Amino acid sequence: MAAKTTTGSRKKAPAASGGRGAISIRNVTKIYDPEGVNVMAVDNCSMEIQAGEVCMIVGPSGCGKTTLLNVIAGFHSLTHGEIYLDDELLCGPGKPLAKQGADRMVVFQNGALFPWKSLLDNVAYGPMVQGVLSKSDARDKALDMLAEAGLKDVADKFPGEVSSGMARRAEIVRALINDPKVLLLDEPYRAMDALTKSIMHEALLEMYDRTKVTIFFITHDLEEAIFLGDKAVVMTTRPARTKKVVDVNIPRPRDYKLLSSEEFRILVEEAKDAVHEEAIKAFEAGERELA
Amino acid sequence: MTEAVQSAHDTSFVVKRTRLRKILDNKTLWRGIAAIILFILFWEVCSQSKVWFGIQVPWIGKIPPPSEVVVNWAEIVQHPGYWESWYLSFFRVFFGFMIAQVVGIPFGLALAVNKYFRDIFFPPFEVLRPIPPLAWVPASIIFWPTTELSIAFVTFLGAFFTIVINVLGGARTIDIQYLRAAQSMGATQWDLFRKIILPGTLPSIFTGAAVGMGITWEVVLAAEMISGGGQQSGGGLGFFIWSSYMGGSMAQVIVGMISIGIAGYVSSSLIRYVGFLSMPWRRLF
Ligand SMILES: Nc1ncnc2c1ncn2[C@@H]1O[C@H](COP(=O)(O)OP(=O)(O)O)[C@@H](O)[C@H]1O
Ligand SMILES: [Mg+2]
Repeated sequence: MAAKTTTGSRKKAPAASGGRGAISIRNVTKIYDPEGVNVMAVDNCSMEIQAGEVCMIVGPSGCGKTTLLNVIAGFHSLTHGEIYLDDELLCGPGKPLAKQGADRMVVFQNGALFPWKSLLDNVAYGPMVQGVLSKSDARDKALDMLAEAGLKDVADKFPGEVSSGMARRAEIVRALINDPKVLLLDEPYRAMDALTKSIMHEALLEMYDRTKVTIFFITHDLEEAIFLGDKAVVMTTRPARTKKVVDVNIPRPRDYKLLSSEEFRILVEEAKDAVHEEAIKAFEAGERELA
Repeated sequence: MTEAVQSAHDTSFVVKRTRLRKILDNKTLWRGIAAIILFILFWEVCSQSKVWFGIQVPWIGKIPPPSEVVVNWAEIVQHPGYWESWYLSFFRVFFGFMIAQVVGIPFGLALAVNKYFRDIFFPPFEVLRPIPPLAWVPASIIFWPTTELSIAFVTFLGAFFTIVINVLGGARTIDIQYLRAAQSMGATQWDLFRKIILPGTLPSIFTGAAVGMGITWEVVLAAEMISGGGQQSGGGLGFFIWSSYMGGSMAQVIVGMISIGIAGYVSSSLIRYVGFLSMPWRRLF
């Protein structure tokens, strides 16, 4: 049984790379509370993310990155513009709020494993609640996938019992078991130390090489952005617009030797210059607000 | 340490041995025991000080010494009436408390998840909530046919408001990301309620239960003192204290007070234990 489900999930992986999960963001504007406080978080923002691409979003904090992710995931409505997933309109005129679905799985900024379920039950939750697998099949598959991510030994532990790194990996497994077209990650490694982070990066790259799922990854760590991404989209200070796209043409699989290469340094510098300009603007805007 | 190594082949012995060791080494436990013993000694000396040293200690000097209380207690436990008081108070507390749980938890959850329900029922609830349970006593006596039911009703009110407020607060502060994650994975409204809102609210349900239990005891005792030992609703620990006071036995009053302390402790331990059993993920904290 377990073996069967494993091959099942393996078979799907190459198919996934064959053009699933392209995101097209076209002239998207998001204004919070248009009649009241009127915060413009995203302004006429456009970008194209290819199927199977790792797209890193960088920008000063508070610029509207999470807002954009929430609009794609269907947690918030958009005000103008449209977003397509492959050829399907997620949200646009007449349909401001995208329908939440397992085709776009989110890994949250602060982690959102259910504290009252073991890692195994957390991972098995999606297929079970959708009714695509029976409870025992879902648990078998969940255990296989946790084992693939090196989490077999802690599968029966509660999220509060494992390290934040393990919890975050389990959360990504919980997303992947639903076979999403896109993985949306919001600063998932934000609070981690450098060593844990590097382990997380390795695990994520390994997972990506296996599944080739489209990844939309928000970060403000530029080295992380270049190391993981196929491209890094630098956003302007609020309201967010696309300021610059840094293409990262470094072949995969990548490993840590890359970090000291000249090529890598140049790309990080390129992104840094763009972000720095925006950070200064954001800082000055903040000063003005305080004054 | 060496003993443990020597008898390492007999593991059960080692385990038992170390567990006992742990209890014996527990400094908090010993400090607690020492504090209680010191407190009793202090009380004894103060109470007896007039007889022993000819000095009247204010306040505590008027209270019978623990030795007298113990003698009194040893005598009282032989009377079935004392145990009947225990039973009656416990019964009233659990009766009112259970109904408050059964009504309060669904009511609080409904307030939390349904806006219309909240809009209609929350305002009157908030007006009634600040009224102390004991203020309901006269109305309750008129409203209900028997004194026993009046006491039950007042007891119920004591726990009800606390439980509802805790459940409502707990359910409303569940991290929205849990709901979003579940919904993205395909959870229906009913799944959300059963698998996210309910377990997410459990800690608050138990907090509400612990606080509500304390209030219930207060209310029952006061109600028993007020209602007196009529035919239908006699006894109870509250009435026990009151009649002891009327009878002029201060030692017996203290026996009653300590009995209530024990009863309250047993009740809250029970709640903690049930909480421990039903929330395995919280055992880590
Ligand atoms: N629900 C909301 N209502 C009003 N304003 C919001 C809301 N959420 C975020 N904002 C504002 O929108 C801006 C962008 O926020 P966010 O997308 O979280 O930024 P980032 O993720 O880039 O740090 C911020 O100024 C924030 O205060
Ligand atoms: Mg953010």
